[in-house]
Amino acid sequence: MKRILGGLWGAGLGLLSLHAADWPQFRGPNGNGVAQEPGPPSKLEAGHIRWATDLPGRGLSSPIVIGDRVFVTCSSGPKQEQLHVICFNAADGSKRWERRFWATGRTMCHEKTCVAAPSPASDGRRIFAIFSSNDLVGLDLDGNLLWLRGLTRDYPNASNSLGMSSSLTVAEGVLIAMLENDSESFTAGVDVRTGTNLWKLARPKMANWTSPVVLKTAGQPTVVVLQSGQGISAVEPATGRVVWEYTDGASTIPSATPSEGVLYVPSHGVTALQPGPVGQSPKQLWRSPQLRPSTSSPVVLQGRVFTLNDAGVLTCGSADDGNRLWQLRLKGPFSSTPVACGHLMFCVNEKGLLQVVDISAPEGAVASELDLGNTVLSTPSIAGDALYVRSDAKLWKLSKS
Amino acid sequence: MNRLKVWVASSTSYLAAAAIAMAASVPDAIRTLKAIGPEGRGNAEAAGAWQELSNADARQLTVILAGMDGADDLALNWLRTAVDVVATRQLSMGGKLPIEALEKYIKDTRHHPRSRRLAYELVQRGDSQVAQQMLPGMLDDPSTELRRDAVQQVVDDAAGLRRSGRTNDAVSRFQTALKSARDVDQVEAIAKQLKELGHQVRLPSVFGWLTTWKVVGPFDSTGGTGFEKVYPPETGVDLKAEYDGQSGKVRWQDLQAKGDYGLVDFNAPFGSLKGAAGYAYHEFYSDQARPAELRLGCKNAWKIWVNGQFLFGRDEYHRGMEIDQYRLNAQLKSGRNTILVKLCQNEQKEDWTKEWEFQLRVTDALGTPIRSAKR
Repeated sequence: MKRILGGLWGAGLGLLSLHAADWPQFRGPNGNGVAQEPGPPSKLEAGHIRWATDLPGRGLSSPIVIGDRVFVTCSSGPKQEQLHVICFNAADGSKRWERRFWATGRTMCHEKTCVAAPSPASDGRRIFAIFSSNDLVGLDLDGNLLWLRGLTRDYPNASNSLGMSSSLTVAEGVLIAMLENDSESFTAGVDVRTGTNLWKLARPKMANWTSPVVLKTAGQPTVVVLQSGQGISAVEPATGRVVWEYTDGASTIPSATPSEGVLYVPSHGVTALQPGPVGQSPKQLWRSPQLRPSTSSPVVLQGRVFTLNDAGVLTCGSADDGNRLWQLRLKGPFSSTPVACGHLMFCVNEKGLLQVVDISAPEGAVASELDLGNTVLSTPSIAGDALYVRSDAKLWKLSKS
Repeated sequence: MNRLKVWVASSTSYLAAAAIAMAASVPDAIRTLKAIGPEGRGNAEAAGAWQELSNADARQLTVILAGMDGADDLALNWLRTAVDVVATRQLSMGGKLPIEALEKYIKDTRHHPRSRRLAYELVQRGDSQVAQQMLPGMLDDPSTELRRDAVQQVVDDAAGLRRSGRTNDAVSRFQTALKSARDVDQVEAIAKQLKELGHQVRLPSVFGWLTTWKVVGPFDSTGGTGFEKVYPPETGVDLKAEYDGQSGKVRWQDLQAKGDYGLVDFNAPFGSLKGAAGYAYHEFYSDQARPAELRLGCKNAWKIWVNGQFLFGRDEYHRGMEIDQYRLNAQLKSGRNTILVKLCQNEQKEDWTKEWEFQLRVTDALGTPIRSAKR
């Protein structure tokens, strides 16, 4: 009980420390890729590149932004055994600090991914980074090392020979680390102050590259949504207790998207779930096979659900019933998930072509294109009026000012 | 004036005392970091110790580096980051790193290979010329990272000789590099260059695959059950025995690993089966009792025993395979050592799930093959 209270205490502080313009994790503060306005401009051009800085290694992880600092993880070396957590000044891209670690777990990955695939997360006071080697790190914002875990040392069969990619999230002061795979499969709730386990939940033995998301529904306790091939398990952040389940299967690559208390799950196309009273199964609002997410996760924006397939077809459906409204062909292929602000979606294809889609146009329209000239497999981030994009070699900041 | 003298004297005494206290605290802090237990136990204490270390004077760098001797992987990372912080602060304040002390530290190969590599990187940051001069002497270094750089220097040299038409000299340099190379990508790149120059490299020998095996199977593994099921070879290998297999009696038979990458292919003797398990057995003769690594590449579920002792197993199927995918510590005894591998195939139907094979070699910690004394 003491540990749980400790976690909740940390939650209070953590929540107080985050600001509206921060982008503290994969797909932003609400885990759905949507930022508060103002956001980046619609007509992005080379002149909007405020700065570009070299990175020391590869990464599919998204940058995260806390206040005036941007944090990025990378992996480098012939076997990607060098792990990096780097803090840049958002103002000019200069490096504030860098911490390097040796991978303590296996680093084997499919060539398209890398050891720095999972995105870091922050509670506003601390930075948490995880790598495919299962090295989990806690740092303060100034780079002081708070704790270290070598999760392969603790759980030697928790790995995936294609690479692990589940990003971290923080829910009510508890760090959620998903290490789901074909063998020693689990998700853990970790104490943000010490890195020790608060709980560890056995999970389906099946490879899984999705990320946990936090679902907040009015009048309901906040839950962490764990997605797997079997479906969805919603758990209490403090205890890992399963509160409700959806068992009709789900994708193991794109992640569910929470928006206004509804969960849009990549399952049989997209399935919209609304949690019911405690102890009851969620209500299925609709299911749309017409919306087919591939690697990119769905985006929910202004009452509409968007899916982007690998080839570059952006499909828009109604968030009310899932019916398809329109489709727009972008220049693919895509691995990253779009991020959005207002009526704009920012989509970066694998070739580094950034395409800004104006969803207020009758059938969507590409408002601008900017070629970054690097392979980009990572999901961008938005903080204030800036868009951050990273490749295996560079980090860019694009903004009006 | 007198007051100033008193102030200076007292301040100097304070600073000296602080430096002594800091120096005394460094070993304590190192001990704390090396005492971290599993599942994050000791992290809270470690954070305080790390602060102590990262505030240390740059003259203490070699002491912190030496703290890596005998440290486990996690403690190495705690210590590494402290070293980085101390060195970065020193350089950012316009100070110098203790290059001579670091150089001496690197030359002492009794220190942990990773600490020596880290010391080398500090020398690179402090005086890149000194670092460059050290590299040629590291061709046979016990640090894989230092050795890699030294090998690359020779490879680059050889490539230059080749470009300038000095073929014989190039071959000689490539052969020197090959002898020292331990990283797979470097071995392959050098072998390719030598092949182009008309010198074939026997890769199975370079890598040191175990190539002669006795195998028995198939046993039933429908529904993945064979991974946990204990079949007779696990309780004792009798090469003359006959067992009840998946579809009749089965006996041990010879199987030779194939190709440059030493693949022991179960599909060859057993047929392209699904939902099946088999065993491979090898007798390895060591001329001394010694620690060793068994390095396995495999995309099927597997278990390994050395001298009847279970080492490790993994129930993952068809997610990929690479050389040295799994590195398992083992203790060899002098004379005959038995190695038993269990290999399970699942019931996936896709084309890319046909393989039912593994590759295995015995090496030292650096990746140098240990050859069986009797072949």
